Amino acid sequence: MTQIHFTVNGESKALEAPPMKRLLDVLREDLHLTGAKEGCGEGECGSCSVLMNGDLVNSCLVPILQAEGAQITTIEGVAITEQLHPIQQCFLENGGAQCGICTPGMILATHHLLKKYKDPSLLQIQEGLSGNLCRCTGYIRIFNAVQAAALAGVAE
Amino acid sequence: MTSQPQIVGNSPIRKEGIAKVLGRARYVDDITLPGMWFGATVRSSIPRGRITSIAFDPSIPWHEYTIVSAADIPGENCIVHLTKDHPCLAVTHVNHCEEPILLLAHPNRSALPAAVAAVHITYEELPAIYSIEDSEKKEQIIWGEGESANTFKTYLMQKDQKPIPDEIWQTADYIVEGEYRTGAQEQLYIENNGVIAEYDAVKGVTVQGSMQCPYYLVHALELVFNLPAEKCRVIQTETGGAFGGKEDFPSVIGSHAALLAMKSGHPVKLCYDRAEDMAATTKRHPSRTRHRTAVSKDGKLLAGEIDFAIDGGAYATLSPVVLSRGTIHAPGPYHWPHLTVRAKAMTTNIPPHGAFRGFGAPQSIFALERHMDKIAKVVGLTPEEFRRRNFLATGGHTATGQLLKDPVDMQHLLTRALEESNYHAKREQFDRDNPTSTIKRGIGFATFFHGAGFTGSGERRLNSLVEIELTPEGQPRLLVSSTEFGQGTNTILCQIAAQTLHLPYDQILIAQPDTGHVPNSGPTVASRTAMVVGKLVQRAAQSLLATLAPLLSSRSAAEGPAVASELPHDYTPEDFRHAALHYLAEHGSLKTEARYQSPGDIFWDDETYSGEAYPAYAWAVYVAEVAVDTTTYSASVTNFYALQEVGKVLHPILAAGQIEGGVAQGIGYALYEKCTWNNGHLANNQMTNYIMPTSADVPPIHVTFEEIPSPHGAFGAKGIGELPMDGPAPAILNAIEHATGIAFTEIPLLPEDIFERMTRTPEAGSESLDTAVAGPIFSEATA
Ligand code: FES
Ligand code: FES
Repeated sequence: MTQIHFTVNGESKALEAPPMKRLLDVLREDLHLTGAKEGCGEGECGSCSVLMNGDLVNSCLVPILQAEGAQITTIEGVAITEQLHPIQQCFLENGGAQCGICTPGMILATHHLLKKYKDPSLLQIQEGLSGNLCRCTGYIRIFNAVQAAALAGVAE
Repeated sequence: MTSQPQIVGNSPIRKEGIAKVLGRARYVDDITLPGMWFGATVRSSIPRGRITSIAFDPSIPWHEYTIVSAADIPGENCIVHLTKDHPCLAVTHVNHCEEPILLLAHPNRSALPAAVAAVHITYEELPAIYSIEDSEKKEQIIWGEGESANTFKTYLMQKDQKPIPDEIWQTADYIVEGEYRTGAQEQLYIENNGVIAEYDAVKGVTVQGSMQCPYYLVHALELVFNLPAEKCRVIQTETGGAFGGKEDFPSVIGSHAALLAMKSGHPVKLCYDRAEDMAATTKRHPSRTRHRTAVSKDGKLLAGEIDFAIDGGAYATLSPVVLSRGTIHAPGPYHWPHLTVRAKAMTTNIPPHGAFRGFGAPQSIFALERHMDKIAKVVGLTPEEFRRRNFLATGGHTATGQLLKDPVDMQHLLTRALEESNYHAKREQFDRDNPTSTIKRGIGFATFFHGAGFTGSGERRLNSLVEIELTPEGQPRLLVSSTEFGQGTNTILCQIAAQTLHLPYDQILIAQPDTGHVPNSGPTVASRTAMVVGKLVQRAAQSLLATLAPLLSSRSAAEGPAVASELPHDYTPEDFRHAALHYLAEHGSLKTEARYQSPGDIFWDDETYSGEAYPAYAWAVYVAEVAVDTTTYSASVTNFYALQEVGKVLHPILAAGQIEGGVAQGIGYALYEKCTWNNGHLANNQMTNYIMPTSADVPPIHVTFEEIPSPHGAFGAKGIGELPMDGPAPAILNAIEHATGIAFTEIPLLPEDIFERMTRTPEAGSESLDTAVAGPIFSEATA
């Protein structure tokens, strides 16, 4: 067991966990933040995506000891108090979420993408989201949602 | 007149959408029950054999575990779908790799993998078969006997129930033959199969989890536990994709978890990881279709013989109905003066194949639409002109003898799709540019139909029921077992109720599908929800309105009880709430219902395979543009046009999303997704080596609808969910033939397959399809 201190969605957390326990499991089991999903457990699908120190990571590949001192944002930390974040609103309005299982990861990936490019081209969107698989939408409406969010000036 | 805004045909936000974008939607693995244990499955490591011993490695503290074997099953050791051939747990023999033998449960999830590995099972191996051809040989009989040896089901479908006259074959200008194959495909929902089960000696079994058809699981539990239906309660949790992969399989995993719960005395969560889900659960049936077609020199179909075979895997599961849909769709939207379809579902020692969006139709339509391009070439017509000379039209009869009463205009759909995709100009341009380019571009299309609802007399047998109740606050709540798994069930059913009740969309509630509270509105499959269940919701809403009519306005009240045709409409949501509360105060509760009524003019004969196969059909033309790189041998889809006539579009955003998602799956089916079997074991059971399309792989997908309201569905809706799976694969391979001149006949078509054909020496077989060379009989054999 090892002692971990880190910040999750702006709150500092301290807990004990086996050092190789996956960040995904710590979030889901220890902190009861179940928004990050396990789709593959091997870094392929992105449904476990979270932001770690501003980077998009697959939390199924991060041993908790690597998260020591880190700033983590999960889907639960994206909405501003009870208000939907504009990216969430755009996913909702554009049909970017169908079954919704990829949606938390997609929204965090979009968040990350729009930090990098304020006004991404379609190609940049396609590449920026290519680590996040969606089996339902064929991605088209997700692209629309990202473009709508960019238009709304989400990056600020 | 009503000033109510139009709800049906607009795109209100998805009912459960806010919870989904917030990450608050609760999927089964997000749920924890007090005292909950975790389950795991010990599976067969061989494809076929007799179990000779089971040993438990002493390194594991087995007393901490619950171990379930077939001996613990209180009822029948059988997962019931259509036949009773499928054991819940194997006892003496196994018939496929990954067949469940034992179940384990433990309070600690991480204690399970080592325990599963520490159960040592020995077998006496028996010879196994893995292909339709080996199954047909019947050297090994692995299922059934006599006529049905290795054969789950056969159908014979003949136009007018008559064989094809010999003279047609003797006098036809051309006879064109072809053989086409499709591979297995994994549904690859991003949420794996999973459930949580509880057991109580008095209340019985409760299973909640990810699924499409809660009442299917009730039915399975009744048999395994020998309990009445009231003691088998099933609740659908938010479901992260299904596509048919959670139609029949939850009966297996749900029964397993419930057995562990009963024996351990704890709630048990059984959620597969990706590798287990891919290796052990159902896939799309592989297929082989052989066509033999008589054609006149002016391009008229004279007769067709279609042999359609699917690989059902080791147990029958849903193979007979998958085969049925594949059979009925095999002739496509064309007029066949004479036609014979012989279809069969064969047994192999592969894990059972099951439902997947399209349900047999993508397989037989792939074959037909490739074959149509081949015939066109032989006859010397364009793919377009050849199809135009043979399309079904209003007033025509399908191969099952069904009269097409509702308007059908394939000629117009084809014209529009080719115009919108700029097909002719692109074809010419690619023909000009290809000779000097290493990237060969092509454009091709497929024309097809898809029947909505259960096949034949299925809907009559289902006898679906829908209810609407008033909550104590006076809000209508829909009670259906139809499930939401991304396709939009919740939303469209609430739209239909809102429109019928003249209420705002957000005032309509829909209950969680819980068989303890909702009636059986039938399984959520077969593109039936919008059309069949939607209509029932509309009728139940009308009946709610009729009951409240006297209270809705003084005017209505003065006129006495309303009849459906003159239901009140001139009221506000506030009026409705007052009326509802008034009614509840007086009567305590209000629940109305609507049960399926078969339209009087729908007849189907299972014996002769003739009649009205489906109440309504969607019609479509899909156009694909491809680029084949002759240096890397990879093919990609660069542009896609999907035009379809689907009746009234209830929700344009959801509908387009269904089409786009289906097209992406179709692109994967055609070009990426290959199941590699190694002695009956899926060798690529991971997302790293089973490749589905990513956001970087999808082309622009242009979706357009024509709307001809159908009399069968609510507000004129027909089915939409499966249709988009049918067209992409043949359209893409037709485009690849245009690009490369090579007529590929098999999917998935991977770069290695393209390499193999492009580098083949000319002596090994040429693709010259000059009609003069082809002669009167053109077949693979004479090519
Ligand atoms: S679960 Fe982490 S990438 Fe798939
Ligand atoms: S919405 Fe279902 S996987 Fe993306």
